Amino acid sequence: MSLLVNQLSKDQIKEIIAKRIALEFKSNDIVTLGIGLPTEAANYVSSDTNIIFQSENGILGLGKNQTGPKFNKNVVNAGGAYVEVNEGACFYDSQMAFTIMRGGHIDATVLGALQVDQEGSIASWQIPGKFVPGIGGSMDLIVGSKKVIVAMTHTSNNESKIVKKCTLPLTAYKEVDMIVTERAVFNITPDGMFLTEINPLFSIDDIKNSTDADFKVSKFLKEMQI
Amino acid sequence: MKKIISAKEAASLIKDGSTIMVGGFLSCGVADKIIDELVKTNVKNLTMICNDTSFQDSDKGKLIKNNQVTKVITTHIGTNPVTGEKMHSGQIEVEFYPMGTLVEKIHAKGSGLGGVLTPTGIGTILENGKKIVEIKGKKYIFEEPLGADYAIIYGTKVDKFGNVAFRGTTRNFNTSMATAADTVIVQADELTDCLNPDEVVIPGIFIDYIVNRGID
Repeated sequence: MSLLVNQLSKDQIKEIIAKRIALEFKSNDIVTLGIGLPTEAANYVSSDTNIIFQSENGILGLGKNQTGPKFNKNVVNAGGAYVEVNEGACFYDSQMAFTIMRGGHIDATVLGALQVDQEGSIASWQIPGKFVPGIGGSMDLIVGSKKVIVAMTHTSNNESKIVKKCTLPLTAYKEVDMIVTERAVFNITPDGMFLTEINPLFSIDDIKNSTDADFKVSKFLKEMQI
Repeated sequence: MKKIISAKEAASLIKDGSTIMVGGFLSCGVADKIIDELVKTNVKNLTMICNDTSFQDSDKGKLIKNNQVTKVITTHIGTNPVTGEKMHSGQIEVEFYPMGTLVEKIHAKGSGLGGVLTPTGIGTILENGKKIVEIKGKKYIFEEPLGADYAIIYGTKVDKFGNVAFRGTTRNFNTSMATAADTVIVQADELTDCLNPDEVVIPGIFIDYIVNRGID
């Protein structure tokens, strides 16, 4: 396995995860994507799927990045990049943004994480004393979204990021529904965590050996579309 | 008619130890010229309430870098490593809130409410020291209203009555902050005689001073 893992470049890992995430969206879904890897999923959504992307700084109908040479600096995404908006878009203030996000009006959100545990708790906002970027909109988004998908690499420095119990400060308690890594897809349900899809480059034993959390193998286990 | 003043005059209103609210999401919709003048005054011991601390050499970030801020009440500092360094070295106290909680605390102050009950943060360290209220079997964190001495906000178009209109994503925290400070200063990209009432987002009654920045 280690050979195969080493053969997957960072870009390949990103692409596998982003492509798989893109399959989760249906037309007319209202979706919020976190900064970084989750945002890349938008590039793999098929052109006949019409998703309404929400941006926490005040956009429904977020479009592509502006290409210049002149930029409209009044329209940015949550990462500060100048963006376009799609037909039907609207702007609003932060209070409305969080009415939408916390209030249960977002169908799905995709976020990165430092750790996720088998109960669906997620840690993503700080490593105490080392890395403390803060909370931003993440806690409200996770609490309020109908479906919470975590997109992350399976391990970090060979340590499993999918754990029995998060040791880092939580962003939310028991809110994650699904985890997508470059190796596998897990669903988290009240009956526990299930391995539902596996990257054919890996065996079930590979997944068990690289996952700290306890999980069951779904009766409907299938190959991950990569 | 509102008082129209210079960015320098606006900055001179703010004294050592003041609590200021500064609108803007990163560098979008932020009163940059007023902040530039505030940096020149070198007033100290400010408490700054803001969505984020922007970038180290931009707007809100300049106040951090110039050691004018001793406490930040915010949601995210990840784009400005200087805030993180000063937090870890103990020069700045940082109080984090989820973005939706911060905006509602400010809104509660501005709208005369006694606080906010939010499910966000339940089961996390944000519960620590907070009153937890259970309603119909669901737990909520109680958060108090949050106001300031001054709000420094942005408007794309402002009229002489103080009415404010926006373009794009510039609204962010500006609308809530306008309601929750003793003195509210708006920096306008464009000052106009009279806005169409249909276009007004912040009613002029909230605004005390207007700074006409103009567009670069």
